[in-house]
Amino acid sequence: MRYLPLTNDDRAEMLKRIGAKSIDDLFIDIPKSARLTELVDLPLAQGELQVERHMRALAEKNAPAGRNASFLGAGAYRHHVPASVDHLIQRSEFLTAYTPYQPEFAQGGLQALFEFQTQVAMLLDMEVANASMYDGSTALAEAALMAARVTKRKKLVFSGGLHPHYLETARTFCEPHGLELVVLPAAIDGEAEVTKHLDDAAAVIVQSPNVFGAVTDLKPIADSAHAKGALLIAAFTEAVSFGLIEPPGAMGADIVAGEGQSFGNALTYGGPYVGFFACREKFVRQMPGRLAGETVDADGKRGFVLTLSTREQHIRREKATSNICTNSGLCALAVTIHLTLLGAAGLKQLAQLNHETACKLADALGAVKGVEILTRRFFNEFAIRTPRNAADLVETLAGQGVLAGVPYARLAPAAKMDAKAENILLVCATETNTDEDIARYARTLKAALS
Amino acid sequence: MRYTEDHEWARLEGGVVTIGISAYAVEQLGDVVYVELPEIGKKVTAHGEMALVESAKAASDVFAPIAGEIVEVNAALAADPELVNKSPEADGWFVKLKPADPAALDALMDKAAYDAFVQGLG
Amino acid sequence: MNTETTTSGSRGLLQAEPLLFDAGSPARTGVDLPKPKGESRLGGLERKAPLNLPGLSEPETLRHYVRLSQKNYAIDLGLFPLGSCTMKHNPRLNERMARLEGFADLHPLQPTSTTQGALEVIRQVGHWLLTLTGMHTAALTPKAGAHGEFCGMLAIRAALAARGELDQRKRVLTPTSAHGTNPATAAAAGFHVEEVAGTSRGRVDLSDFRSKLGADVAGVMITNPNTCGLFEPDIKAIADLIHEAGGYFYCDGANFNAILGKTRPGDLGVDAMHINLHKTFSTPHGGGGPGAGPVVFSEALAPFAPAPFLAIDRDGALALQEETEAGTVGRLCAFHGQMGMFVRALAYMLSHGSDGLRQVAEDAVLNANYLLARLREHYHAPFGDGPCMHEALLDDSTLKARGIETIDVAKMLLDEGYHPMTTYFPLVVHGAMLIEPTETESRAEVDRFADTLIAIAERAKGNDTAAFKAAPQLTPVRRLDETRAARNPRLRWREAQRPE
Repeated sequence: MRYLPLTNDDRAEMLKRIGAKSIDDLFIDIPKSARLTELVDLPLAQGELQVERHMRALAEKNAPAGRNASFLGAGAYRHHVPASVDHLIQRSEFLTAYTPYQPEFAQGGLQALFEFQTQVAMLLDMEVANASMYDGSTALAEAALMAARVTKRKKLVFSGGLHPHYLETARTFCEPHGLELVVLPAAIDGEAEVTKHLDDAAAVIVQSPNVFGAVTDLKPIADSAHAKGALLIAAFTEAVSFGLIEPPGAMGADIVAGEGQSFGNALTYGGPYVGFFACREKFVRQMPGRLAGETVDADGKRGFVLTLSTREQHIRREKATSNICTNSGLCALAVTIHLTLLGAAGLKQLAQLNHETACKLADALGAVKGVEILTRRFFNEFAIRTPRNAADLVETLAGQGVLAGVPYARLAPAAKMDAKAENILLVCATETNTDEDIARYARTLKAALS
Repeated sequence: MRYTEDHEWARLEGGVVTIGISAYAVEQLGDVVYVELPEIGKKVTAHGEMALVESAKAASDVFAPIAGEIVEVNAALAADPELVNKSPEADGWFVKLKPADPAALDALMDKAAYDAFVQGLG
Repeated sequence: MNTETTTSGSRGLLQAEPLLFDAGSPARTGVDLPKPKGESRLGGLERKAPLNLPGLSEPETLRHYVRLSQKNYAIDLGLFPLGSCTMKHNPRLNERMARLEGFADLHPLQPTSTTQGALEVIRQVGHWLLTLTGMHTAALTPKAGAHGEFCGMLAIRAALAARGELDQRKRVLTPTSAHGTNPATAAAAGFHVEEVAGTSRGRVDLSDFRSKLGADVAGVMITNPNTCGLFEPDIKAIADLIHEAGGYFYCDGANFNAILGKTRPGDLGVDAMHINLHKTFSTPHGGGGPGAGPVVFSEALAPFAPAPFLAIDRDGALALQEETEAGTVGRLCAFHGQMGMFVRALAYMLSHGSDGLRQVAEDAVLNANYLLARLREHYHAPFGDGPCMHEALLDDSTLKARGIETIDVAKMLLDEGYHPMTTYFPLVVHGAMLIEPTETESRAEVDRFADTLIAIAERAKGNDTAAFKAAPQLTPVRRLDETRAARNPRLRWREAQRPE
């Protein structure tokens, strides 16, 4: 077996040194009746070539986004990842390192995390950010719990523009704590509706750009929330947007949580991704997740450590701010490398290209008879309604090499009750979409609707 | 001065009890980095959680030695948690409490009894 | 040695590297993009806040991160004996497979007619996990071990609610040796934690466990093999007792790598267990994630599994059931879990096969026992009266006379070029040193590591305490002031910090 260095001679000699007659002597604590005497019913070991063949055959059964004209967003985005990002994250010292518990042996990873935290805080215009969460949805769920801890209140108000999967995840996390969830009906451009439910609220939770792509001025929402002692939690799924639109921190958000996959990370069918989590500095001791911090060593030289760990499970156990025991380390590294390559100038340009490509797409689709563009102000994704059921339409166009978007009803199955909701399609364009992609989409859509 | 088995100390002066954690407790905890204190006016029960003290690698709840109402907290600890290390049983006090029953203090250990108790912990 | 300074700040091959914010500038970039027209339909919501993200050109970016990488220890560099963390070799085939376009460039919301291969990966990983564990149903969405624990405890919560007993069953029992995530997870799932004592042999104290059972107990969370590196011999009795008391058995499967192909949790009475793909199935730790924590359920808990899960549609094609059903765990995250990790884990499983996976467990246990046999005479092994599983537990009690503690041994190891073992965990052993060599170390490597630890123990007997306290000397930085970091947290770079 190519991954196992011990030889049979080694094994025999080692057993002798231990004083055991056979390997089974080392497993004597397993109850006899539960010991396996035969191999489990699975295939035997295979060489690299055979395994690769098996895996490639599975991969070939998929139609990857890049072999289609792809217009899918709604929480995961296809962006170009520079070649050097993937090269760097595969370096042994990053790929095969552990959590930096011994800081003297992990300064590289810790400095990268400190830089990541700073970049995320700058991007969102927030005071502090942590070293990342599992993904945007779990980051948001933790934000909701944190707001309840900070305000010592129990009511959370969710906008109808929040990604339905984020809402469902937050519901799962909040349910055991007896929190009251006020969930507003789905609305294309109705983030401000949350301000009608502010009494005794711990927080209002809005998303911009929201799941329908709508961009909202959060400042008035923040002002109303703060006047009632509630926090504003701003969610997002498309981090590239903040290269062009006003970031939530500049509009008064107290906690910001969302998905960072757009930077440096491939789609990979939904994971692993990387949650961004930022907040006001005064709330930092209620924050979930790892934090890297700057300090000095015994010689007074600058160095980095994991800090404020008394918030975490390994010290505070049942009183921890979260049970999270990891971050999304390597994905966060990919983010930080991509952001380094972009810099402010590159990011602004990238965001602008995304917006312009989406505008082009909206113009092309809007010109197709029967298509209604539902989102007024958007960054790189928007909702459309056609006379056809969106899921059927997507299936039809997939057959013609166009991944036409995400049926809203797939994200929110309850919306199936409303016939009009069934016809809503969420579409997205990024810098990876060509003019030909857009023309092909418009052409096939026109044919499918006529 | 009176002590608890959870290593708080309590001193009654003019009807108000000052409370902190013992020099022994501070030594066990190491360098204090953060202290979380209750709100003034909060009513606490005997042995109920009252405050929190943290070092870089440990966190410890501080319990109320006796029941009462918090009338003052040591605001200096916010900026200078090191006070707890420098002067655990004087300047590094945590809270002042108006006791529900000052006589409840008599049930706690005196200095000699506490020293013997700590000795027994090895 | 550390007093030698150089003009450049670099020391030989170890290159000094400034913070990105001191090196880069917002105007510099390492990407070339088409020039946009500057059109905006945002109606006044354009960014007005400053954006000072520093950029670097591609060559500068490469150097920045390569230089940083050289300040990290890694498995590819040497033995990484962190007990309970399973730092084993990460096969590169798995990396190549995860990057196949058919997996990496797949959007989670594509129509399932275009993702049959991905769903097949999920199905096959589930099949391997269920066969290896002897359990009933697999839920693959949890994104890390602690997320998997949460999934399992929520399933217990849902099952109790379905029985109408959630209000009365609020207590969850965990041994004192439990990993911190266990009590934190129980609390996150709305339960109260009560600790069960351990025996002097590092196992659950069965009589204490029995005395704490009652009609208010929701379940028990036990790691097996446990955090002392020992198999719980009373595991079936524990399972029977908790079931008789009307509770469920959550097994923390962090150490499943030790029993692969040797026994099946399903035969031991387990109701739910997470499996850390990044431990047992060798997906890379990546400097702190991403992990992956699929959960397997017994028949009793299977109906409460989270969404989304795999289904078969009318045409026999694989489909995703994405709708959350009332009374189940619900949704744990936005999509279908860590697909990239499933691909790597499946490649690992296929490579090893049923025979290789059993060999993994045997070699891991053999390496740990060999190390224990060699070290037992030089360090105190608190539960060393019998074989251990995949990790050997020592403590610092024989060093204390000289004022040397576990942390000093750990820092000494850094100078010897080794990442230390897990220190001060489990909490039940004072000054614990938990050592997990894993099956991917050769005998020569294990011997070299044992020789180093023995030499350190010998040195600790001499009058050399000051040298221990001063270690490490040879690392890029020396002992770091963690108190200062926590007292005045500096969690990000700020403009004002830019040097004059």
